[in-house]
Amino acid sequence: MNSDTVDAVRVRGLTKRFGSTQAVDSVDLDVRRGEVLALMGANGAGKSTLIKILCGVHPADSGTIEIDGRPVAFRSPLEARAAGIHTVHQLINDGVVQQLSVAENLVLDEICRPDGPRMLSRDRIHAQARDIQAILGLDLPLGRAMSELGQAERQLVAIARALSHEPKLLILDEPTSSLSESEASRLFEIIEDLRSRGVAIVYISHRMSDIRRLADRAVVMRDGRWRAEFAAPFDFDAIIHAMIGHSVTDGGRVAVPGGPVAMALRDVVLRPGAEPFDLDLCEGEVVVLTGLIGSGKSELAECLFGTRKPVSGRVLLDDAPYAPRDPGDAIARGVHMAPEDRGNSSLVVDFSVRHNMTLPFLSVFSRLTLVDPERERVAAEKQSGDLGIKCASTDAPIVSLSGGNQQKVVLGRWLLQPCRLLMLDEPFQGVDIGARQDIGRRLRETADGRATLVICTDLEEATEIADRIVVMRDFSIVGSHSIEGISLDRLVHQMTSVKSATTLA
Amino acid sequence: MQTPSSVQTSPAPEPRRVSFSLKDFVIKFGLLVILAVMIVVFWRLEPAFGSARNMFSILQAVSVTALLALGVTVTLAIGGFDLSIGSTAAMSLMASSYVMVILDLGTLPAIAVCLFLGLAIGFANGMLIVKGRIPDLLATLGMMFLLLGLQLIPTGGRSIAKGMTLPSGGSAQGSFTETFLALGRYRVFDLIPLPVIVMIVAAILLWVFMERSRYGRVLYAIGGNEKATRLAGAPVERYKIAAYMISGGFASVGGMLLAARVGRGDVSSGSSLLLDSVAAALIGFAVLGAKKPNVFGTAIGALFVGTLLNGLTMLNAPYYAQDFVKGLVLVLALLFTFGFASSNHR
Repeated sequence: MNSDTVDAVRVRGLTKRFGSTQAVDSVDLDVRRGEVLALMGANGAGKSTLIKILCGVHPADSGTIEIDGRPVAFRSPLEARAAGIHTVHQLINDGVVQQLSVAENLVLDEICRPDGPRMLSRDRIHAQARDIQAILGLDLPLGRAMSELGQAERQLVAIARALSHEPKLLILDEPTSSLSESEASRLFEIIEDLRSRGVAIVYISHRMSDIRRLADRAVVMRDGRWRAEFAAPFDFDAIIHAMIGHSVTDGGRVAVPGGPVAMALRDVVLRPGAEPFDLDLCEGEVVVLTGLIGSGKSELAECLFGTRKPVSGRVLLDDAPYAPRDPGDAIARGVHMAPEDRGNSSLVVDFSVRHNMTLPFLSVFSRLTLVDPERERVAAEKQSGDLGIKCASTDAPIVSLSGGNQQKVVLGRWLLQPCRLLMLDEPFQGVDIGARQDIGRRLRETADGRATLVICTDLEEATEIADRIVVMRDFSIVGSHSIEGISLDRLVHQMTSVKSATTLA
Repeated sequence: MQTPSSVQTSPAPEPRRVSFSLKDFVIKFGLLVILAVMIVVFWRLEPAFGSARNMFSILQAVSVTALLALGVTVTLAIGGFDLSIGSTAAMSLMASSYVMVILDLGTLPAIAVCLFLGLAIGFANGMLIVKGRIPDLLATLGMMFLLLGLQLIPTGGRSIAKGMTLPSGGSAQGSFTETFLALGRYRVFDLIPLPVIVMIVAAILLWVFMERSRYGRVLYAIGGNEKATRLAGAPVERYKIAAYMISGGFASVGGMLLAARVGRGDVSSGSSLLLDSVAAALIGFAVLGAKKPNVFGTAIGALFVGTLLNGLTMLNAPYYAQDFVKGLVLVLALLFTFGFASSNHR
């Protein structure tokens, strides 16, 4: 279907670091004219960063980008657009201006161009907007405010605007995530049309059905690196394997047998229509909860930490009913959680290591409400030593630490006080391998006397620490495997086997 | 998939610098040095400036501003803002006058009414922000206008003074009690004005609360990362409401002291309080390189503005230049905090 196979975009050795996190690590990527390339990878694999370099948001640390054989280096998104790279970002509200009309949004680039027309007449804007609408065959109310449109229509406006510039390379980041079935299929037709006109398209999606329908090739990233490339027709089990990693210690570990049940879930329904499930979390056992994006892992943890309510079902903590009102209540009952995305959900940027650590347990370190700095210091230094946190002192600002050490501080925080259940949501994101091993070791050392639940999509990381791996899909638990003699193929199959036939994630 | 977390990590842990850095020194002590130089210069130019009595009159002049600024520091610490402090103080001034002059009740009812009003206004602000989900600036701006109007209604827009004619006919029977007036005018040892002592005690208590107590720690944590603080188990909503109540309470005490000093319920006397106290709190960011709202810095900031204005007045600088000078100082202090520091920080 694509006779013209000249590379529109050729990327060589692209590298980008953020602090100590290697977000993109010497990635090569070719996108041909008239091809849809699916870019795949789990959360944090580096897809977004790669895209942001391509569209001029971030400069690369090293590596080259060529467009039609000419090397380019973008200093701004404007330059990338001028070179013919257009992007529709996942968060559509970043791409449209709510307060402006549909027509103004469609011609926004024209309006914002530094050398654009000084005076704007409504008629002219509408005339141009009509032309742009026609590309997608849309018929949106041009005079309406953008904020009155639904998510899907906003998405279509953003896409139409990108198409109005006749892009050489069109990047679509999760474009169907807010579209209905019929809107999505209309988008697919448009993409197929663009492909036949020789546009190179990079398509990011977690929906296997989209990729099956559209993509000519798929490239998988993991930990910032290029991992594998697949050609249509795709073997999705192999793609998933590449996305979440193979275990090197496949079944080689001995599981620690669990003690008495600390937390028991019975007939829990996480969202309307999901299958009810049971789960026992035992003392001394490290359970890893895995599953694809959108399978309900974080939502399960949130229910246990009081930031979400299950639709129905019972939860028992040490045989007593447990329904926390809020995180404070959960912590008081001995349920601790380090949420996903430590920068936004765990750390106070302008606090020191020590103050970040002790935040939930200040009353423990206080006398008559006054914090005793000495007791606080002793406790923080003990955690710092036990976890091997590399910092000048516990007085050092948290931002001076590397990602791995920041994550250790978060873990140290929740180990300050004994608990009944410790939950860690994706604790290894943006964490180097050394810190990852320290965290795993410390989790194991402290596992006695409490239940431990770690949410982890990466199977290599999961098998490093787990006694038992529990698989989630469609907001329900579909399998539980002891680490001994575990079959990762079966596990992957459970993660992916499709009940509703079309969408996975 | 996400952009690198908002906690940016610097390339490597910076080795502790032993060598002297002029820039660090300026960021840390610049404002204190300027304050010291200013005092010395004024003293040399006008020897009366350095007298103990003048020093205390500077402190007295800043005491009301400082109290309001201390309160607003707490709301700044949680990442909020309280624009209603000036009108809360004015409200308190009018209320104390009303209670004593028109209702002819005593000192204690006047104080109780003021404190209650201050805390209630703070509670209302907090509820508007937390439950009403109105952005802090807008909620407190609305409250500011509301109070500016509300304080005029009971007296039909007129200032409250002894023997004034009431809207209902007749004249006011009561007057400011001596005890109440002493709050603003009494000098301990015939030297230290009572408002200065109130201000210093309040500043020390608030410093301990913000810097040493666990509540202060949580308030700062909310300002740094509200979501993380909530997920660390803190009842963030209650803390935020409490912060606005502290702000309202401090403002009402400031208003009371002002009423006691001027001895009448003047409808316009609180007009410059808001800007002066916000300026003091913001100047405080630059003290000792704190780069954040802090109690000690706020106190120094208030003193800084007071010293400057007093000195300029003694040197016969025109009164209309005062606001300009205040603004200039504020802009410079903000540059110390954000402009020079930013290249150093990340």
